[in-house]
Amino acid sequence: MTTGIGARVLRKEDRRFITGNGNYVDDINVNGQYYAAFVRSPHPHAEIGSVDIAGAKASDGVIEVLTGAEVAADEIGGLPVGWGITQTNGEPMVEPAWPILAQGRVRFVGDAVAVVIAKSIDAARDAAEMVNVSYTPIPAVIATEDAPKDGAPQVWDEAPGNTSFDWEIGDKAAADQAFEGAHHVTKLELVNQRLVPNAMEPRAAIAEFNSVSGDLTLHATAQAPHAIRLLLGAFVLQQPEHKFRVISPDVGGGFGSKIYPYAEYAVLCWAARRMGCAIKWTADRSESFITDAHGRDHVSEAELALDADGKFLGLRVNTVANMGAYLSAFGPLVPTFLYATLFAGQYTTPAIYAHVKAVFTNTTPVDAYRGAGRPEATFLLERIVEKAAKETGIDPADIRRRNFIQPDQFPYATPVALTYDSGEYGATLDKALALADYTGFAARRDQSKTSGKLRGIGFSLPIEATGAAPSAIAGQLGARAGLYESAEVRFNPTGSVTVFSGSHSHGQGHATTFAQVVSDQLGVPIENVEVVQGDTSNSQFGMGTYGSRSLSVGGSAIVRACDKILAKGRKIAAHILEASADDIEFVDGNFQVKGTDKAMNIAEVAFAAYVPHNYPLPTGDPAQDENALEPGLNEQAFFDPLNFNFPNGAYICEVEIDPDTGVVQIVDFSAVDDVGNIINPMIVEGQVHGGIAQGVGQALYEGAVYDKETGQLLSGSMMDYTLPRADNLPMIKTGTTETPCPFNPLGVKGCGEIGTIGATPAVINAIIDALGDYGVTDISMPATPEVVWRAMQEGRA
Amino acid sequence: MELKGAYKIPAARELVWEKLNDPDVLRESIPGCEELEQNEDGGFSATVKAKVGPVSAKFKGAVTLEDLNPPASYRIVGEGKGGVAGFAKGDTEVTLEEVGDATILRYVADARIGGKLAQIGSRLIKGTARKMADQFFTNFAQQVAPGADVEKLDEEDT
Repeated sequence: MTTGIGARVLRKEDRRFITGNGNYVDDINVNGQYYAAFVRSPHPHAEIGSVDIAGAKASDGVIEVLTGAEVAADEIGGLPVGWGITQTNGEPMVEPAWPILAQGRVRFVGDAVAVVIAKSIDAARDAAEMVNVSYTPIPAVIATEDAPKDGAPQVWDEAPGNTSFDWEIGDKAAADQAFEGAHHVTKLELVNQRLVPNAMEPRAAIAEFNSVSGDLTLHATAQAPHAIRLLLGAFVLQQPEHKFRVISPDVGGGFGSKIYPYAEYAVLCWAARRMGCAIKWTADRSESFITDAHGRDHVSEAELALDADGKFLGLRVNTVANMGAYLSAFGPLVPTFLYATLFAGQYTTPAIYAHVKAVFTNTTPVDAYRGAGRPEATFLLERIVEKAAKETGIDPADIRRRNFIQPDQFPYATPVALTYDSGEYGATLDKALALADYTGFAARRDQSKTSGKLRGIGFSLPIEATGAAPSAIAGQLGARAGLYESAEVRFNPTGSVTVFSGSHSHGQGHATTFAQVVSDQLGVPIENVEVVQGDTSNSQFGMGTYGSRSLSVGGSAIVRACDKILAKGRKIAAHILEASADDIEFVDGNFQVKGTDKAMNIAEVAFAAYVPHNYPLPTGDPAQDENALEPGLNEQAFFDPLNFNFPNGAYICEVEIDPDTGVVQIVDFSAVDDVGNIINPMIVEGQVHGGIAQGVGQALYEGAVYDKETGQLLSGSMMDYTLPRADNLPMIKTGTTETPCPFNPLGVKGCGEIGTIGATPAVINAIIDALGDYGVTDISMPATPEVVWRAMQEGRA
Repeated sequence: MELKGAYKIPAARELVWEKLNDPDVLRESIPGCEELEQNEDGGFSATVKAKVGPVSAKFKGAVTLEDLNPPASYRIVGEGKGGVAGFAKGDTEVTLEEVGDATILRYVADARIGGKLAQIGSRLIKGTARKMADQFFTNFAQQVAPGADVEKLDEEDT
């Protein structure tokens, strides 16, 4: 079959996306809707005196102005956190309340103070100008490294030292001992800079309340509509789920930033319910920059102990992670279980210890952004491994090979909580070396030299945990919900199939990949399979799309539902074909009696199930109903994996640097990934390409820059925050190693984030390699021409 | 952000001092000034329309004069709110030096901006502030000594 598993099927959804026929939240309008504009703090930290709304309320077209006072009076809850961390001392993390409109104090530039609701966008924005908030600025703490210092301004009274939690993982004594006997110790200090997600479609929502029925409907651009309904309904709005529908239509990118139940959505729902109306809000780009949850922002130091043969003996890591002003929904998870559990990398390092301090600052809250913790871990590990290779004079490919976990060691339990599923790290590296023509590098470097350029090569061997999550394990680690996924596979009477998923595509191509899985399992042509997602009223409760989980968890739920369909279909066919169900086999979409030419197509079985004229309907007599079946062909399933899955890869980047200007050009990029079995190679390549572009963005271009004194986001627009462009990237060479994951029926591993995770350290390692003659051993990100040029001058001095 | 400048104004120091405290002169001199009233405490309340790059806003603010040392120096402390555009705060030390018949006016300003103004306009604010200062003193000199040329002295910003 050319549309089943493994086929390069063109994406079903692309026709509407590239012809401007997508349906995004901002395309939706509800009759009689009002518009909201938020009044936001221009100060990073200030006491709110009075909020004078008289002028705004009297302004033309204004319906209502609401502030934190009304939120408090209506007893609307704060935004919930989905993952709790237990500190090293046994105490729970410090988790301050995050009211949906500020109460008494603002804590970052962009903190919402009031909302104006008016008949038009312009009227709402004009009136927002007239809300007069009297602020008394108080000292703010902005930089990650400043937060824990003595005397630093305190963001929260209940969090002394600005600490939300102090947390550790691994065996400290064992790690310390490894260092005592070490032949060589490599040390590294690094900053993983803050990033702004920048989904192409800004956040948007419409909340609509029907005063007669009591139904609340929220259209929101969201990666996890069910989770948003659960969290906002149960914890913030006290709106029962059967009277609360969340619809997320087409979503124009998210990268994590659209997982969370944002304050704006809660405000719209609350105000719509309070006023009995519909209210729309779409963020402008400036608003997105300061209110979408940011990513990364770690300051770390690390040490790697090696023996005389270049074997890793121990790793010690100390990280300060910036949470921003409030704890975002999954903020605490990112620098802990999504980060420090990956410090084994692809290696057999026997002793690992990591300490993480999560701090509050007067900045935009930080949460998961493509990779979420795993890019930070991989950057640290692959930087220090490459540095160790340079210091010991061992080839960077060779030092990694000496430390690989071998294929016969799986399942492999690392010293930091995880058990890896499968992999052939050596084979993957070999493929990457061939793809990159590693042996020809010296000649290429000489050639670059003759044209006045410095050429460098850098490695990065990422591994990550995807497929969140085995609920039992996640619960032990602090998850406040299970993380399975749901599916419903529904045959329509004439043989087409509608598939409902609790996950929700924000660009990944579920409509295609899931349809391929169903087409493959049920033998139905792919054009007869429709995937429905993103609406809590028509799909089972499910956990949404993030952490590269949709195929391995959501796709597996679809497989389970297909299994149930086939089991029932076999019985229906057995009845009609007058055979025993045991003698029915399913081949290419047909149920046939083994060894005969008696067969019926699955579409005919579906029709018989919906028009049950010749059908084993129940008679009401238990003695005769042993083989009775209900009409219909519609099955649901939930899938909760036994373990995470562990995509891994080998990335090799080559750069050329102009020594006069410091401009870095990526001239070659080879990426070999093991994402298990592949459903659609073209979609996987697209994910890897996009992921690499984002990883290159962090390495060379992107950085959220706050003025450390004033707390203003200086890189708050696309004039000041550089995103990678197509002309910044070479043709990316990709390859795969396929070791099936044993923990899901498809044998797949997540492919959505590995590119981002793997690319960043490969680029930085390549730059440092190119600058070896200048004595450069480290470079900060983003490695702009100025940063590179200055490092060259300082290195040479 | 610190901004410095110096101007040579062809007028006596007492006159310059007097005009620096005259609301009518200031109103005429401040670029984009729509309103400026003297308060009972000697300070001013003002409305100034300003454009920084793509952000334009009407700033409403209060200005107080501190450390008065007539006719040699004072400090202007001001804060303006520009609604959604954010805020601007300034603290400017002005000194007047007598040089013959003329007066050298020096200022050292420390300005802070916040909100959208900072988010979008940070890279442009210094140039804008510099331009506004030049306009102010050019206008001011016309008020103090109509028809005379004001000379901008070459003293570097920091």
